[in-house]
Amino acid sequence: MADARLQAQAAIVVVGSGRGIRLAERADLGKLELRGDPQERAFLGAIGRVLDLLLPVEPGSSASKGDITALWQAPDRWLITCPLSDVPLFAKLLREAIGPDRHAALCEVSDGRVAFSLAGPNARDVLAKGCPLDLHPKQFRPGRVAGSLLAKAEILLHCQAPDHFDVYVARSFAGYLWAWLEDAGLDYGVLVAPS
Amino acid sequence: MSAQPNRLAAGGQVERGRPLAFTFNGRRYQGLAGDSLASALLANDVHLVGRSFKYHRPRGILSAGAEEPTGLVQLGEGGRTEPNLRTTQIELYDGLVATSQNCWPGVQLDLGALNNLASPLLPAGFYYKTFMWPPAFWQPVYERLIRRAAGLGRAPVLPDPDRYEHRHAHCDVLVVGGGPAGLMAGLAAARSGARVILADEQPALGGALLAEPAAHPGQAWRQEVLAELAGFEDTRLLPRTTAFAYYDHNYLCLVERVTDHLGPAAPPQLPRQRLWKVRARQVVLATGAIERPLAFAQNDRPGIMLAGAVRRYLHGYGVRPGRRAVVFTNNDSAYATALDLAEAGAEVTVVDLRPQAEGALPAAAAQAGIACRAGHGIVATEGGQRVKAVICARLSADGTRIEGARERIPADLVCVSGGWNPTIHLHSQSRGRPVYDPERGCFLPGLPVQAERSAGACAGEFGLAACLAAGAAAGAAAAEAAGFRASPPDWPAELASPAEAPARLLWQLPAAKPEARAKQFVDLQNDVTAADIRLALREGYASIEHVKRYTTTGMGTDQGKTSNVVALGIVAELTGQPIGELGVTTFRPPYTPVPFGAIVGRNCGPLFEPVRRTPMDAWHEAAGAVFEAVGQWRRPWYYPRPGESMATAVAREVTATRAAIGLLDASTLGKIDLQGPDTAEFLNRIYSNGWSKLEVGRCRYGLMLGEDGMVFDDGVTARLGEQHFLMSTTSGGAARVLAWLEEWLQTEWPELKVYCTSVTEQWATLSLSGPRTRELVALLAPEFDLDPQHFPHMSVREGTIDGVPARLFRISFTGELGYEIQVPARYGLALWARCMALGEPFGLTPFGTEAMHVLRAEKGYIIVGQETDGTTTPGDLGLDRLVGRKKPDFLGKRSLARADMGRADRKQLVGLLPRASEDLLEEGAQLVADPNQTPPMAMIGHVTSSYRSPSLGRSFALAMVQGGRARLGETLFVPMPDRMVAVTVTEPVFVDPEGERLHG
Repeated sequence: MADARLQAQAAIVVVGSGRGIRLAERADLGKLELRGDPQERAFLGAIGRVLDLLLPVEPGSSASKGDITALWQAPDRWLITCPLSDVPLFAKLLREAIGPDRHAALCEVSDGRVAFSLAGPNARDVLAKGCPLDLHPKQFRPGRVAGSLLAKAEILLHCQAPDHFDVYVARSFAGYLWAWLEDAGLDYGVLVAPS
Repeated sequence: MSAQPNRLAAGGQVERGRPLAFTFNGRRYQGLAGDSLASALLANDVHLVGRSFKYHRPRGILSAGAEEPTGLVQLGEGGRTEPNLRTTQIELYDGLVATSQNCWPGVQLDLGALNNLASPLLPAGFYYKTFMWPPAFWQPVYERLIRRAAGLGRAPVLPDPDRYEHRHAHCDVLVVGGGPAGLMAGLAAARSGARVILADEQPALGGALLAEPAAHPGQAWRQEVLAELAGFEDTRLLPRTTAFAYYDHNYLCLVERVTDHLGPAAPPQLPRQRLWKVRARQVVLATGAIERPLAFAQNDRPGIMLAGAVRRYLHGYGVRPGRRAVVFTNNDSAYATALDLAEAGAEVTVVDLRPQAEGALPAAAAQAGIACRAGHGIVATEGGQRVKAVICARLSADGTRIEGARERIPADLVCVSGGWNPTIHLHSQSRGRPVYDPERGCFLPGLPVQAERSAGACAGEFGLAACLAAGAAAGAAAAEAAGFRASPPDWPAELASPAEAPARLLWQLPAAKPEARAKQFVDLQNDVTAADIRLALREGYASIEHVKRYTTTGMGTDQGKTSNVVALGIVAELTGQPIGELGVTTFRPPYTPVPFGAIVGRNCGPLFEPVRRTPMDAWHEAAGAVFEAVGQWRRPWYYPRPGESMATAVAREVTATRAAIGLLDASTLGKIDLQGPDTAEFLNRIYSNGWSKLEVGRCRYGLMLGEDGMVFDDGVTARLGEQHFLMSTTSGGAARVLAWLEEWLQTEWPELKVYCTSVTEQWATLSLSGPRTRELVALLAPEFDLDPQHFPHMSVREGTIDGVPARLFRISFTGELGYEIQVPARYGLALWARCMALGEPFGLTPFGTEAMHVLRAEKGYIIVGQETDGTTTPGDLGLDRLVGRKKPDFLGKRSLARADMGRADRKQLVGLLPRASEDLLEEGAQLVADPNQTPPMAMIGHVTSSYRSPSLGRSFALAMVQGGRARLGETLFVPMPDRMVAVTVTEPVFVDPEGERLHG
């Protein structure tokens, strides 16, 4: 059965000068939402062995290794991302690691949450048009994660690198947010590139 | 095109080599780049700009800044036109078009000026006294008249073609005002490494220095500071930016005029204006001071200006607004204007209210040979559309009477100074309470309530050196408070201003004419005179808030920036109360008017509100669906075929579903994944019905009640595993229900081990209903065993379709045999298309929300929010079987035990059949038992849902009726404006009451 990318850009689209930000859908990103007790060392250890990284427990932090990233969303809630094709395997391994008796929950949300990648020298300027967070490079550093609003959409914002952000948004809002980002980038220029 | 008679040969920050053409009232003029519209008009000797609000008196330009009450124009044309703009703050651009306001046919001959002749009949409170009688006249006559007369300019009627943006910003120190104190504060903070935003409403930073000559040492200092500030990476300078609102938690809103000064030449990708939403750790207010006029007789003629503003025109723009000037003052500062005017070649006379003028500036003026009438006041002025002369006279020692002979001094310019009011608006907005300082004769900022401090003239520190010192200290203190190590910067010693002698405060001045004709204006915009204020007091309005409202002092677009304190002073003198005890009226945002466009930002047009789309939205759109907004979701309402009306399309969709198969996009329904050993117990508490005995693989319909026992949400929840459930909620209730579940888990029942995760958007949901559904599902999902023995109604199975994970539910919201298929959202569109292709031989018909409503209503299935309204219990809906009274507890249980819940006359769900089968009731219509009552009738219920039923071949309705279940068979009546509709009360289930179709 054919799947459908939301912003299936086969071609490169340039808005304005195209130099300020690069915008792309990370359509091949798999997402798993994990719930569990951060006080329970055995849980953190079991998950850590599967992902080969320690789940971040500090609020607003993340952990990354290779193509796996764990984003802190709440004290007992993480978003784990990996290549979409690896989701079935990771889901299975994580369920095994959790085991039948431990209280934890895993849900796949690859389809429910869409990830946009926003990069370029004006990425922070564009975000600041709709996001009330303090996005100063000293405050929102690479690795930081925060739930917030972007325009009228609820988002999870992850700073990948000084000029590179991932924006997670519920699928049904993605069209609105994409249009908003293209519009907000108008004065800096937007390059829409297929991921 | 005319020459610029008032432009000086040199001076000002204007670009002499860049002339700009503009049009005022249809006449073409020339100004220079760097001019404000006001300075360009004055350069052309145009003082008459508009007509006053009430009396239509000729009015000119009073000031050079934000306080301008009268020099207002309608700027631009078509969709870009904007009313009530201050000429003093409009930067001139080539091709600018402006017109006068509040006059007809023109500003020079204005018929409204007849009001002026009648002015003795139009005192304060005229409206309240006149437009009272007869009451029937109020709306059709008076309101129309008043509305026509009200306002100054005209609101645009075309859409605004410009772009506006919002921008969030955070900083350690926000400095409002770029004058000497603000620049110093910004420098102190920036040097400490703090993140600084420095905003100033003017195009150039410098504040009061902009009114100083080019040779003033402050100019070089200003350039040096600006250059240094520009070098800090974390300092943002925002000229052309007004901080207009100060909210809680140091949240301030600023409006930046990004391209206003470019006019139509502005680049299209830039916003016209930008609204900054700033969170500042510390705020330094360096907002300066606004000069106060004096309330002398006929003080409103064009050509009468504030003394400080005249200096600004001289030195900032190279414009000398008149040749024969009288400077009327109660303090030293206006002597600087006298000196500069004389220097610029004007003939100058000073009239000083003080018996002696002995400061350094008066001494310099005397030395320059400028005539001074000390102890005098202006008691009248002459002139029509421009001041021609003033009449001055010696005043008695107490200032209340004219003593000496009257002297007529010809003048085409009168420069007035009644002292200075610190600009405390933002401090007041931040909840600070200003205090009156009798020594300085002005209100000063009180104790800070938020993390803010005032520095410079806005704190009553009026000399240049005092401003620099205060700014340096405030900037350093703010940076320290924000966690930085800071020290106050130094400044060149030559930056000082002469010491000034105290002012003489005389709020009421004697006039040559009797009170009613003296025209001593206090509020130049609203035409409020000193006599109006006296009248208000005579009529018993003692509180300053009442005086303000009765006379409308300070209520115009300028919010009384030049009039409030004068009005207070007059009230204080008349009542004998100290000004400080009268209090000052509270300032509220905005400081100056903000265009709606800036407030709206990009939240307009297609970005006005998010439109949530389901995974199958593209198919619906291609199929020509008409959409309905369900909250932010857009859902197909119905799918009309060419030429079909809505009624025909809906009837076709309903009939096809009952006869063959219908397909509904149900992806918007909320889905919450619940996992954990205590989930069944949690559901027992959250839902009114029982969940412990639900087997794995089975589903149950549940009602969720609030603590008040009222239905709050409903939906089907499936048990996917021993500890794993999937809850569905209403489309609109998804977020609310998740928050509700989390609230109970986190605050009341932390001992329950349950994790809730929203998966609404993860799954696309296709809902199939109709007698042939099983045949189609068998083709679509061959891996599932559909045998009703193994897969009965209200069950769920997990598996795959074409290798894609899928969940298949056997549930129904139509009363027909029904299956719901969920696949990951990215496959929704493809599965829908395949479903349509495979379903064609069966007569598969997509149906929208309208057909869904008809189908469910025919079965008496409720919709939360349609049949219920927050006062509806399960019992009211006939759903008592869903109340697990034997359960130890559940949300709402205690409330259901209240006596009121058992009343026999509660409104209960029933069906209605209109007597005439074609009669369609209106949803929301009221029901009465006796049609012959005289209104107001006793209303015993209301229609909640009403449709035409293709299945019944007639109209029907659902309703909530008092004691409804005991009324089955009764006839009730629906009074409509034009008729009385008789209806029969029935059971609420109209189709297949035995439920045979469901279980087939």
